[in-house]
Amino acid sequence: MSAGRAPFTLALILVVILAAGPFAPQWTLFLLTIALAKGLVVLGLMLLLRCGLVSFGQALYYCIGAYAAGMLGRYFGMSDLFTLMLAGMAAAALAALVLGYLLARYRGIFFGLLSLALSMILYGLLVKTEALGSSDGFHVLPSTLFGVRPADAWVRYAVLAVAALVAFVAALAVHRYLDTPLGKLAPAIKDNEIRVEYMGASARYAIHVKYVIAAALAGLGGALAATTVGHIDPEMAYWTTSGEFIFITILAGTGSVIAPFLGALIFGIIQTVAFGLSPNTWQMVLGASLLVVIVFLPLGLWSLFRRRKAA
Amino acid sequence: MAAILDAQGLHKSFGAVTAASDINVAIERDSVLGLIGTNGAGKTTFLNMITGYLKPDRGRIHYEGRDITALAPRDITRIGIGRSFQIPQLYASLSAFENMMVGIGVVLWNAGRGGYFSRGRPLVPGYDLPAEEVAERLLERFGLAEYRDRNAQVLPGGVRKLLDIALTMVAKPKILLLDEPTSGVSAEEKFAIMEMIVKAVRAEGTTVLFVEHDMEVVSRFAGRVLAFYDGRIIADGPPAQALNDPEVKRFVVGGALQRLDEAQSRPRA
Repeated sequence: MSAGRAPFTLALILVVILAAGPFAPQWTLFLLTIALAKGLVVLGLMLLLRCGLVSFGQALYYCIGAYAAGMLGRYFGMSDLFTLMLAGMAAAALAALVLGYLLARYRGIFFGLLSLALSMILYGLLVKTEALGSSDGFHVLPSTLFGVRPADAWVRYAVLAVAALVAFVAALAVHRYLDTPLGKLAPAIKDNEIRVEYMGASARYAIHVKYVIAAALAGLGGALAATTVGHIDPEMAYWTTSGEFIFITILAGTGSVIAPFLGALIFGIIQTVAFGLSPNTWQMVLGASLLVVIVFLPLGLWSLFRRRKAA
Repeated sequence: MAAILDAQGLHKSFGAVTAASDINVAIERDSVLGLIGTNGAGKTTFLNMITGYLKPDRGRIHYEGRDITALAPRDITRIGIGRSFQIPQLYASLSAFENMMVGIGVVLWNAGRGGYFSRGRPLVPGYDLPAEEVAERLLERFGLAEYRDRNAQVLPGGVRKLLDIALTMVAKPKILLLDEPTSGVSAEEKFAIMEMIVKAVRAEGTTVLFVEHDMEVVSRFAGRVLAFYDGRIIADGPPAQALNDPEVKRFVVGGALQRLDEAQSRPRA
């Protein structure tokens, strides 16, 4: 699929989700909403991966987004979905803006492990913080839209509709960003940072910007997941959560802004089916499917679409 | 003629090795300079100090009257000093055309013309053409049109050299530093390639400094020669004068045996 068609395809997907949602079973609406939330996080990881950086700690911002949303409800009684998502996004972006001054200096394994360390620090802090429920976490208020609580039968659909709309806007914004000089610098940074500097650009600045965007998207996803699930706990910052996001990133590939959402959906489906088949060994099924993707589709699931077009 | 670049009293040492010692050079606008010297004589160190990659231990560098000694490479690039590398520095996974487009993107970005909300096709400063056309034109000018869509990493060595230089030209530098532009190129092709480079670069009115080991190339293309030896400039003048300097004859052009010997006994600067 050519990059130019992505906005059209995204709009089409949005329309299909909005139109088919009311007729779909409730559990699929939940699955899809969570996939959109994780897809947002992965969209940010994709930005970093395009410059050759793998963050093993993106759950840090996912968790910050979730806790920011949850705490607004817990301490200020706020439940408006848009406000919560905005707060989650802002909190994560702010944290990344500060931490970015440190992380944008590092590359390769150092970047990866430093990001992992930071997420585990948050995990450790949350586990020890009784006011926030320690390792049990706490419940998040049921969400409202512009002060209205949708009827029970429509809650899942309403949240999905908002999630789809937000994901659509985010994907479009990132798509446009990838087309700017700063966005196009990513593969150049990955290839040759010396040349980037000698072209008159700052690789560190470019990475810092991408890091903040990635964190904002993760915070948005975290807030969305928090309100969808209705519960948050420190596991959201745990390294296995970060691992899941990297899993999806590799599964999806970095070829298009649509790929992260597709990857997250397929991840959700594999997870659900595998858990249904064998509750004790479902991770094995996940692992095997990742292995298959790495061996046969090293550029991720998205390369399937590329190939078909090329054929 | 007014000096565009003025280096005064540059000194740089790496431990016990002195790579630059009391270098004083004023470079006139619109000139072509050849830098000669054996390996380790200090040529690349000199280029590295001008471009901010290395900071001199002592001395100052002025460009158009402004002190640039403490600036970072990207800032020096932005104000008009470009460089190519002895080993081409390209974006290996991108095609020749994409390499150019990344570079042009940076130029647009630095000029405040390629931002998130900019619309349409902004014109590249200095060329006043849209990005794609600048890329095509430069590829054409450096004889790279046929390699347009090939990945940089699979290009032949000489072509990579040319792409490396074409890439520096997107910013339309006022001074271009070329580090051994014809190394790795067969002797027969050297003149043709150098001819193309000088023609393409000079078409933009760019002042050129090039490092070269082939004295025939130097005398043909340089208007002035700087001969380096042991971190010092031992001769500075027109090719006919500099290449016939007794010291230069003895230390720089004095025979392959000595060059080989120097290369083996001296760390590369």
